[in-house]
Amino acid sequence: MRRITRIATVGVASAALALTATACGNKSSSDAASDSGESRAAIAYDVGGRGDQSFNDAAYVGLAKAEKDLKIKGNDAEPSDGESDADKVQRLTELARAGNNPVIGVGFAYAPAIKKVAEKFPKTTFGIIDDASVTGKNIANLVFNEEQGSYLAGVAAAKVTKTKTVGFVGGVETPLIKKFQAGFEQGVKETDPSVKVLSQYLTQPPNFDGFSKPDLGKAAAQGQLDKKADVVYAAAGLAGSGSIEATSKAGKWAIGVDSDQYAQKGLAAYKDQILTSVTKDVSDSVYNLIKSVQDGKPQTGEIRYGLDKDGVGLADSNPAYTKLTDVVAAVEKAKKEIVDGKITVKTTP
Amino acid sequence: MKKLDKDRLILGFAGPVLALVVAIALTTVVLYVSGSDPVEPYRIMFESATYVDIQVLIVNQAGTYYLAALAVAIGFRMNLFNIGVDGQYRLAAMMAALVGASVDLPGPLQIALIVIVAMLVGAFWSGIAGILKTTRGVSEVVSTIMLNSIATSLVAWLILPKNFGVQPAGSNNLTTGDIPESGWFPGLSMGAEAGEIYGFTFVAAACGILYWFVLGRTRFGFDLRATGASESAAQASGVDAKKMILTSMLISGGVAGLAGMPTLLGDTHTYSLDFPTGIGFTGITIALLGRNNPLGIAFSALLIAFLDKTSASLDQYGYEKEIATIMQGLIVISVVVSYELVRRYGLRRQQQKVGEELAAGGALATAHTAGRSDADGDDRGDENNNGKNQKEGAAL
Repeated sequence: MRRITRIATVGVASAALALTATACGNKSSSDAASDSGESRAAIAYDVGGRGDQSFNDAAYVGLAKAEKDLKIKGNDAEPSDGESDADKVQRLTELARAGNNPVIGVGFAYAPAIKKVAEKFPKTTFGIIDDASVTGKNIANLVFNEEQGSYLAGVAAAKVTKTKTVGFVGGVETPLIKKFQAGFEQGVKETDPSVKVLSQYLTQPPNFDGFSKPDLGKAAAQGQLDKKADVVYAAAGLAGSGSIEATSKAGKWAIGVDSDQYAQKGLAAYKDQILTSVTKDVSDSVYNLIKSVQDGKPQTGEIRYGLDKDGVGLADSNPAYTKLTDVVAAVEKAKKEIVDGKITVKTTP
Repeated sequence: MKKLDKDRLILGFAGPVLALVVAIALTTVVLYVSGSDPVEPYRIMFESATYVDIQVLIVNQAGTYYLAALAVAIGFRMNLFNIGVDGQYRLAAMMAALVGASVDLPGPLQIALIVIVAMLVGAFWSGIAGILKTTRGVSEVVSTIMLNSIATSLVAWLILPKNFGVQPAGSNNLTTGDIPESGWFPGLSMGAEAGEIYGFTFVAAACGILYWFVLGRTRFGFDLRATGASESAAQASGVDAKKMILTSMLISGGVAGLAGMPTLLGDTHTYSLDFPTGIGFTGITIALLGRNNPLGIAFSALLIAFLDKTSASLDQYGYEKEIATIMQGLIVISVVVSYELVRRYGLRRQQQKVGEELAAGGALATAHTAGRSDADGDDRGDENNNGKNQKEGAAL
């Protein structure tokens, strides 16, 4: 009996100690933040983080440019897999408290967190990419007309296809990627109604492998090539590089996404077959927001990047593409018609 | 008897402690080899754990983990490996959010409805695996993994705007619509800076007490543990083993369904594309580390939540936050190894003692041995599980 009591005593004592330690921590993580005179800006990444060769990296390029041109100190923070809104709130709060202005959430998943944190820091500007559902005086919604760029890709694809079959590979079946699909399909159909579009998604949320696993993209593209497709447009982040690989090895045309993939080092081996890329200028949107804060006139509300502002577009760095003058002419014509409002591109397939 | 209890207690603690020490030591080696400061990350993590807002995050996360781990542990006690907790949890959270958003009852009723729907959906999903096992002999390991994938597809289909989902204007997210305020579970506010502890965290703690009571103090719990230890022996003593398998699978799924409730009722009030995932798999780690003991699981849940939340800010100091992931992986490995070591040591020690007592002779010793072997019955059930998990872990 006595021995048991001693164990119990030790247990109680250590529990009490632990509690005391907890009680001592009656302060919040913000207090650790130091306030230096230098200007700071921060971005918080979406699933995948830096090094995804796509969306997050584009945001980082914008931050890096701002660091260089505007002489600010840039910070970035990575998410964890499967994290909750509370974790995002925590991350944004820490960044805001550390004196970063603006704080930019990369990706629509940050919307609920931005809403909560923006209320707590009225003097800090918050940016959110790909979402216009949360609004506030100090929130800038950086949104893109992905469907317009994809429409042009559809025009180009319909013009170059010989088998009258083209493919679309979407990463994860989310409303955002459906905008790419909708624009592409409409572009193809309105250019040449006889062309068939094969559309396929790699994964369904919450499985986001479709943005990160090239083998999935490769298999999907291979399947479409087997069904006689000779142009494959992949909107699938890092997984899209697998599609480009498969398509290029088969000697067919690949269309890239987000950044000009013809110019990407990782894809240099396949670049001759990368006809063009649908660009989405995430880096400029990040840079512009940081600059607006530096200039004392922070952007707020919806900042839309469409074809008119070259926020989205079609890359023309591949000489093989510019040689196809009739294709280029058709794309330019479609671009003008979209900018003039003669063509309205759908956002859902 | 008392002395024996002390031995078991010490041996019980030795496993997890040994595992933690080994995991921390190995992580330190990894840090050292990769050229980082091997001590500084720990200091940062402990420092951030002293902030009250991080503490709230840890407690909230631990509540969710605790429920998921209890769900896994119920299976383990029955010698069932429910890997499908993640799928059961996601499907249950989604359906509960859907029902919660489409009806508007007065406060407590609304919450009760959401919770009951979550439990039923979770139980239904694990019940499929249970029925497959009892009627067709399909291994629950295989069927629950498959059901995870099916749950993913099912949720993705249900949440499409053309079915039951909602796409808020201007958003690229899909949700199930917002649960009216009557369905929000009140939390315990820790001050404006720190946020609040989800009310459901206390329900999670209550579930732990219930788990302890049902398994340790009721006939049903005894039957369950007995069947887990030896199905044929339990059958011979009049327990319907198949019924026990199905029942424990249903309970495991029901508890898995609860795991989404702290987040759903306390924070998001909707199920969206970015609802947390992987909780069920973390639950397996925690149940293993906590040795299926309600108190052990509580400490393990707090530990894993601590690693998760305090590592988040390591980025800001130039360290990789994946350190915590590495440590969690190492904990799983060392838990399995150290439990086996401790078990063998315990066995040897016991044999030694029995030998000594026999040598001393007398009827007293015989009585002791009988008592001891009875007390060890359920312990052995646990060990069987660990051995099984190890094999399955390798197969995965």
